[in-house]
Amino acid sequence: MGKRALIAVTAFSAIVWIILFWIVPLPVIILTVIAWIVLLIFNKELGAKILFIASASAAVIAVGLICVFLFAQGIPAMLDIGVLNFLTGTDWRPTWNPPLYGILPMIAGSLYVTAGAILFGVPVGIFAAVFMAKFCPRRIHKVLKPAINLLAGIPSVVYGYFGMVVLVPFVRENFGGNGNSILTASMLLGMMILPTIITISEHAIRAVPPEIYDGAVALGASHESATFKAVLPAAKSGVTASVILGIGRAVGETMAVRMVAGNQAVMRMPHEFLSGTRTLTSNVVIELGYAYGDHRAALIATGVVLFAFILLINTMFMRIRGRK
Amino acid sequence: MKFSISNMDLFYGDFQALKNINIEIPANEITAFIGPSGCGKSTLIKSLNRMNDLTEGCKITGEIFLDGENIYGNIDVNALRKRVGMVFQKPNPFPMSVYDNIAFAPRTHGIKSKFKLNEIVEKSLRDAAIWEELKDRLKKSALSLSGGQQQRLCIARALSVQPDVLLMDEPTSALDPISTAKIEELVLKLKKDYTIVIVTHNMQQAVRISDNTGFFLLGELVEYGDTQQLFSVPANKRTEDYITGRFG
Ligand SMILES: Nc1ncnc2c1ncn2[C@@H]1O[C@H](COP(=O)(O)OP(=O)(O)OP(=O)(O)O)[C@@H](O)[C@H]1O
Ligand SMILES: [Mg+2]
Repeated sequence: MGKRALIAVTAFSAIVWIILFWIVPLPVIILTVIAWIVLLIFNKELGAKILFIASASAAVIAVGLICVFLFAQGIPAMLDIGVLNFLTGTDWRPTWNPPLYGILPMIAGSLYVTAGAILFGVPVGIFAAVFMAKFCPRRIHKVLKPAINLLAGIPSVVYGYFGMVVLVPFVRENFGGNGNSILTASMLLGMMILPTIITISEHAIRAVPPEIYDGAVALGASHESATFKAVLPAAKSGVTASVILGIGRAVGETMAVRMVAGNQAVMRMPHEFLSGTRTLTSNVVIELGYAYGDHRAALIATGVVLFAFILLINTMFMRIRGRK
Repeated sequence: MKFSISNMDLFYGDFQALKNINIEIPANEITAFIGPSGCGKSTLIKSLNRMNDLTEGCKITGEIFLDGENIYGNIDVNALRKRVGMVFQKPNPFPMSVYDNIAFAPRTHGIKSKFKLNEIVEKSLRDAAIWEELKDRLKKSALSLSGGQQQRLCIARALSVQPDVLLMDEPTSALDPISTAKIEELVLKLKKDYTIVIVTHNMQQAVRISDNTGFFLLGELVEYGDTQQLFSVPANKRTEDYITGRFG
């Protein structure tokens, strides 16, 4: 690595750090400064090494910082409200006197739309992946693959827009309600997790050794049974991982859901899927702009709960990856 | 005769891998194919259950009869593969339990009764002489077995659909001597009920277990006949050179 490149990397990371965490850019800055001193005065190898460590630790520190700030503000708020009140309270009334901060409606909302997304997205995604890996002619694959990559790259606000102008009227006219509903959000999220599920599952299916397929066919199994009963089970861990990543995406999605879900902070039951709901993510983004004091802290505590969910999902993902 | 092959040519694209093969494979005997690497042994054995159909650009002319029926005629390929089982060079158990490996094919062919499946699993494992070793591990993943056990499991799996013929493409080349001996013993035992065609690089193995041997070279069948005869008094100079280790 040339000296100029090193300077560029240092300058870039310093700028990023100062912009991102002007409060605590210190550890990395100190490390970087030490690195340069060592690099220039003593030992090039060692200096470069420290510089790399500084860059690598940046990611870890970033996660650490997010945790610290989130928990520092969120946990006391949660304790203040009462953990049980906060998590199982069915009323979110930040403007009442005294205010009520129960986020169960939002937890339920997140669970509903995520479950719905699984319902819509997972079967279609897995079938599409099987189709792409084992059934589709190369010509069609050449068109499908970039199309799916494109689907993955569309910003969520564009999905949200599509949901508003297409799905909301569709649900309103065919199922009833005003169209901004759990069902609508589920459908939209189901679409949004498709590329994740298709791409990773297809990859997993293709990674199954051809001997598995050949073995099944040699037993007289048709192409379909060999694919669905031998190859797909052999790709199980990869397919499951894709579903979990998809779920992670669905739980964390904010903008698109907010645009079609109605956002009422009201406790819903599963059969009310034509009514609107509010998710954990929308709750934060809708109110954080004007909230202050306890209200603001309660929103940050909402973020803590969201963070816990994501952590759980990621742990599951790592477990399944590791089991291979 | 179980198989009669007449005037068979096989092409991979423009490359001719088998040239005018004529061979008769008798029922309930073990027939071995030997020859140097790349001479077309696997290609020929794969034509017997039409696994070559999966290879893009593979074209076959001539005829292969199984019990008098042209298998490249208008037949049900899946039914053919049910009759002509195959064991591969590298053990390829499915990544599922021992039980599910054996029950896979019967299930695929429509058997649902739990009782029937249990019966098939036990019988297949017994016939493959691995029941005693595995009867307490039926729920365990097949991948946890040793290489030799996996290969015998694959043999049991091939037996689960009650085929007439077993094709084996270098079934012991990935195994240690003890596992190899077990499989040879098993193959000799299976000959009573099945017609067996085996490809091997190991000439001692061909001598030990086979009744007939075919020697291939560059896509041609150089010599075919009784194993003892072929190895003791080869009719062809090239066969002699090969079995005495002068080339290949
Ligand atoms: N799918 C294929 N496409 C093109 N050529 C092939 C293909 N499979 C095999 N061949 C060629 O056909 C010839 C015969 O191959 P085959 O695998 O039957 O040899 P073999 O006798 O089984 O060799 P080995 O002892 O190494 O297994 C070889 O020259 C090989 O390169
Ligand atoms: Mg071969």
